[in-house]
Amino acid sequence: MSVQPLLDCRDLRVSFPGRGWRAGRIEVLKGVSLRIRPGETVGLVGESGSGKTTVGRAILGLAPVTGGSITFEGADLTRQAARERRRGANALQAVFQDPYSSLNPAMTIADILTEPLLGRGSSRAGGRERVRELLDRVGLPADAGSRLAREFSGGQRQRIAIARALALQPKLIICDEPTSALDLTTQARVLDLLLEIQEATGCAYLFITHDLAVVRRMSHRIAVLLHGEIVEEGDARQICQEPRHPYTRTLQMAAPVADPARQRERRLARQRLARGQLAGDHQ
Amino acid sequence: MTSTTGPSVLGRLLRNPLGLISSVVLTLIVLFGLASPLSPHNPNRALLELTNAPPLTGEYLLGGDQAGRDILSRLMHATLSTMLACLVVLSVSLLLGVVTGLIAGYYGGWFDAISSTTANAVMAMPGFVLLIALYAVIGPSIMTAMAVFGVLIAPSYYRLVRGLVQTVRSELYVDAARVSGLSDFRIISRHVLRAVRAPIIIQSSFVLSAGIGIQAGLEFLGLGDPSAASWGGMLQDAFNNLYIARINVVWPATLVSVTTLCLVLLGNALRDVLQEGASQVRPLRAKAVSRLRAERERPEGERPEGERPEGEHGPEQRPEPGSGGEARPDTAGAAEPLLSVRDLVIAYPTSPSAVRDVVRGVSLDVHRGEIHGLVGESGSGKSQTAFAVLGILPREAVVLGGRLRFDGADLGSERVLRQVRGRRIGYVPQEPMSNLDPVFTIGQQLVYGLRASTSISRATARSTLLDLLARVGIKDPRRTFDSYPHQVSGGMAQRVLIAGAVAADPDLIIADEPTTALDVTVQAEVLDLIRELREERNLAMVLVTHNFGVVADICDRVSVMKEGRIVETGTTSQLFANPQDEYTIMLLNSTLDDAVERPAWAEVNPT
Repeated sequence: MSVQPLLDCRDLRVSFPGRGWRAGRIEVLKGVSLRIRPGETVGLVGESGSGKTTVGRAILGLAPVTGGSITFEGADLTRQAARERRRGANALQAVFQDPYSSLNPAMTIADILTEPLLGRGSSRAGGRERVRELLDRVGLPADAGSRLAREFSGGQRQRIAIARALALQPKLIICDEPTSALDLTTQARVLDLLLEIQEATGCAYLFITHDLAVVRRMSHRIAVLLHGEIVEEGDARQICQEPRHPYTRTLQMAAPVADPARQRERRLARQRLARGQLAGDHQ
Repeated sequence: MTSTTGPSVLGRLLRNPLGLISSVVLTLIVLFGLASPLSPHNPNRALLELTNAPPLTGEYLLGGDQAGRDILSRLMHATLSTMLACLVVLSVSLLLGVVTGLIAGYYGGWFDAISSTTANAVMAMPGFVLLIALYAVIGPSIMTAMAVFGVLIAPSYYRLVRGLVQTVRSELYVDAARVSGLSDFRIISRHVLRAVRAPIIIQSSFVLSAGIGIQAGLEFLGLGDPSAASWGGMLQDAFNNLYIARINVVWPATLVSVTTLCLVLLGNALRDVLQEGASQVRPLRAKAVSRLRAERERPEGERPEGERPEGEHGPEQRPEPGSGGEARPDTAGAAEPLLSVRDLVIAYPTSPSAVRDVVRGVSLDVHRGEIHGLVGESGSGKSQTAFAVLGILPREAVVLGGRLRFDGADLGSERVLRQVRGRRIGYVPQEPMSNLDPVFTIGQQLVYGLRASTSISRATARSTLLDLLARVGIKDPRRTFDSYPHQVSGGMAQRVLIAGAVAADPDLIIADEPTTALDVTVQAEVLDLIRELREERNLAMVLVTHNFGVVADICDRVSVMKEGRIVETGTTSQLFANPQDEYTIMLLNSTLDDAVERPAWAEVNPT
């Protein structure tokens, strides 16, 4: 890794106060280290409760970091004041999972897309031009700007969310399950769009998902998260073809493949592995 | 109000009959008060000869009061003072309640703790008694008393706003705004205020009516300024004089009650207008349903153009009159299917007389021991088809055609449905957690469900269910049995629901996306469980899913649905190996199973 990483998380820890009187803190991330180079896509795979979403939220400043550091473009985000952070927000953007909750239903698309430009001294006319550019970039008609967010379907909304993330020409976009609420065909198109945008702008992605197939399609490198710790990390090819950690193997074998014959093999292999593990536990 | 909601809200309010009446009356009352400088007489000018004069005597239109003053003029001035008092109550309570509510809801922390405690303490105080006690301190100034009342009622705004802000705060669009680098002030003014605006307006009409009641009450008790005309004061005067001039009570009493009534009605109308969902369509009347059914019976050509379903039946689904079921090559001659769906049409009303079809002539057969996958994208009608079999379609849905037969019986009859549902047809839902009642233990719910469909004793039900819980792979069945739903994981909850579905030993299970809400590792285990149960009990199953991997794993036959129609059906191996329909091919190509990994970053960016 001779290139300076764009994002460098070291030993990232996040904990939330427990529920109830004098409950201890619950540690969600137990020392996560992650590096993303310019233009690279790192896939972060994990199941519910693994803390994968929290990693993204911590990097975005939406979750309380209790330990470790997040260095982005050479500056430690965990030590920045809110005002400073806001100024640096240009380069770090996000696309969230739920395209329904991530766009204010009562606002027009133009309002949503120009929101990131607020307070950055951009003129109104320039804003309108930018809205047209952004809509074009994500494959939506130019007149979509005057319509309300609630008039769009899930896939279209996710395109709008991507356009909003692109408004400030970011260097890194955190994608938190951007397609898991979408239909299969829509998912494929949105993923293609993200790849195309990366090709054109050279932005890096942290791609957070539970779906190994999606992450394989999107990532140069994959990290597997389990109970707040990264259990395996490597190039996509290695993780997908020769997973080393047993959990990565379990995860891979559990994902059903759309081919009855191959799925039967995969299922039998998984059941063998599970029995082997069970036998191992009993020894 | 901003331009996006302003004109339409006012327009909708005036189209609502109660909203129209109450706003007109309130406007008239406001104009009445504003016109007080033009009142015919000085409200304090006393003409002894007109003391307790009846209406229409001399110069006094509504008569005179006990001191010989013009009642009409006094009413006008009293209305103005009530309006001023309302203004005081509103501004004090809004300023205090909304601002603290915004801060407490948005930032939380110590400010929230302190302000919530204060608000609760203020709410616990008996407001009216406090105001009477304060009379000794503040003297006969009704405006000061109303300002104090504003403070006392501020917690109602505080609690409302705080709750709303907390909800908005957790919306992803607020997170997105923060990520975009917006300051808190901008986020509050753009997103948060927008969401709290409507409820505040509604609440205000109720606060105002309460304020008017309190003000009139205080003045009636003589705690107001005796030198100024007021509704409560006039009411008191009239009461003192009740036996001499009865009619005098009517004017202030009417104004007070009509104003408060209109405010409450306006509040209700506002609530209807501002909070009505865009898609609130009432169920069709029985008459409209039978008319629509009759229309569907007619040959296609005779149907009026506007009411034709958006697409026509596909050739493979076209009903063959009199043929009694389609002859499919692989089912022809086989035993009678356990479940047979023929030409099912389900529609939802779009207006009181028109409908939109969501299922447009679906036919499928499920045999004993067979798992039939129903696969498609959102809106394809796959869940609607499954719900129709169970007879659990939403109230507004209408079945416009088709026959559902289960083991020879007609599922169209409510009596048959009640007999088989839960006993012979089980149901496994998509969201395990929302299908368990949080206030009962898992055991209580399972026993209740089982005893509702069979006639066994509580003890037998309990032991059967404990065995079943063990069977579905729950490690400590006794503990799970006694747990509340929130104490178990999602995968565990789904196992519980599967146990509940098979408890009455059904022949058919309808499973609506049974593994969609689960992690892949848990999904694999649940699918294994379903497969085992099917083998043990020779269960038939309709499995609704959008996941072709799940279909490949567990289904014997598959039907692919698109826009309410089955576009292709066949055995699983046949369909995957040799898909015929263009749409099936497109769906299969959208799966990412065969996606090639991207090369390592270093290979693409050589240094």
